Amino acid sequence: MHIKDVRITCHAEWITMNLRAVLMVIVTLLLSGVSVAGPNGGAMLYRQNCAVCHGDNGGGGVGIPLNLPDFLAVASDDYLRKTLRIGRPGRIMPAFANLGDTEIDAIIGHIRSWSPQAAPVYNSDPLPGNPERGKTLYARHCTGCHGDEGRGGIGTGVTFSRPREAPVEAPALDNPGFQESVSDAMLKASLLRGREGTPMPSIKVFGLKEKDADDLVAYLRTLNRDVLPEDNSGLEPVILYESAYSLKQTLENLKQAVIGRNFRIIREQYLDQGLAPEGKEDTRRIILYFCNFAFLNDALAIDPRVGLFLPCRITLVKTEHGVQVMSINPKNLSRLFNNSDLDRYCQQMHDMYAEIMEDATL
Amino acid sequence: MKNILVALMMLVSPVLLAQDLFMVRSQLPFPEAMSALQQSIGKSGYKVSRVQRVDIGLTKSGYKTDKYRVVFFGDADELRAVSDRHPELIPYLPLKISIFAENDETLLLASSFKHLRPFYPGPDLQLQFDRWESTIRDILERVRVAE
Repeated sequence: MHIKDVRITCHAEWITMNLRAVLMVIVTLLLSGVSVAGPNGGAMLYRQNCAVCHGDNGGGGVGIPLNLPDFLAVASDDYLRKTLRIGRPGRIMPAFANLGDTEIDAIIGHIRSWSPQAAPVYNSDPLPGNPERGKTLYARHCTGCHGDEGRGGIGTGVTFSRPREAPVEAPALDNPGFQESVSDAMLKASLLRGREGTPMPSIKVFGLKEKDADDLVAYLRTLNRDVLPEDNSGLEPVILYESAYSLKQTLENLKQAVIGRNFRIIREQYLDQGLAPEGKEDTRRIILYFCNFAFLNDALAIDPRVGLFLPCRITLVKTEHGVQVMSINPKNLSRLFNNSDLDRYCQQMHDMYAEIMEDATL
Repeated sequence: MKNILVALMMLVSPVLLAQDLFMVRSQLPFPEAMSALQQSIGKSGYKVSRVQRVDIGLTKSGYKTDKYRVVFFGDADELRAVSDRHPELIPYLPLKISIFAENDETLLLASSFKHLRPFYPGPDLQLQFDRWESTIRDILERVRVAE
């Protein structure tokens, strides 16, 4: 056998081995796809897409609990399907556009496995209620939790961001994703049944009847909030200021500006500190970390994932032309979170960063 | 070929895919998950530069946990090369992963680079973003399956 033949043989073996490996993976994937229709497929998809927020058993977490008997008793498959498709714009729950119909049905099947009750099926016809009267009832019985005009509580989920007694924040009833997903009949069923394990009582405890539920539903249907077109202005990824001062003086200015806004300086370090060997760090790039604990706690109440913004930080960079003062633009990063409350908070954070940097570079 | 295999396996990875944030739930309690995270970062070839507490006073404020950290990590050479070529990325470096307790389990969270991609269309940075996202997913996946 010539050397060339050996090479060809080895190459052929290599291809065969790797093709076998690829085929194994493809078979695994196909089996996963096949099992989507089976009892474990839904569990796997739920674990992939939902468990991180809603918990492995649907007990809730960053997301609301899904395994409550009263929830499963009133939530139709159509509601769950649309919720997965549309999400809740601005309320953390994303739209799962990556999932096909079969996969969504498999996830719903898994959620259904937590309850022996059959899924309810509702007529999609609107209910003949009186929205004016419903508005009065809403103001009397619902505003305390769901807020004016159904804006809902701030934040979501049950654990880290939920230090209060309430295990779940009141949902935003005006959210376009909710309004699109829920039918009048399901809303009515929810009102009449209440949801044990949450602060939501049956409206019957207030002495309200079916006709009152119709009126409340009619009012809730008027709350559909318009989704504003996305405002992309001012969303550059970095806030940047030029300083005419030296690096040292700019750092001092920055510290004064930070303290002047009731923040505590928690650390000053080089950009590559802890990575480069000690004494070999790049001294032209300095990070100043600072924090205001009240600000921090407020942020965590809005969204437990807000750690990605933390701690507050401004970086100084010495260049050939002077000193640059820069930070992330919280408004840009916030877009990843699908949380309108966080967007508003990040607007404040953006303004605060800009003011501090302006002070330090004036 | 290895890349194809990794790509195929990522299709079945439970790291939250096709999302703007990468999140996983670890069954491990917080201290063990933190340890697994630091090991996983090491396996990816990166070094933990610092672990930042962001939970001071949380329980006093009524929160149910005081276990919340941000773990910074990177590679000195890569950090210097990227920040020399693209100083506008410095505020996003070193890379970081947030980790916090949720009852007896732990959640880990990192940002994708989706929000930066439109601003830096150059192929070198797009490739760098791809690499970082892939590495972060691998790090998180190892923690998720750690026992």
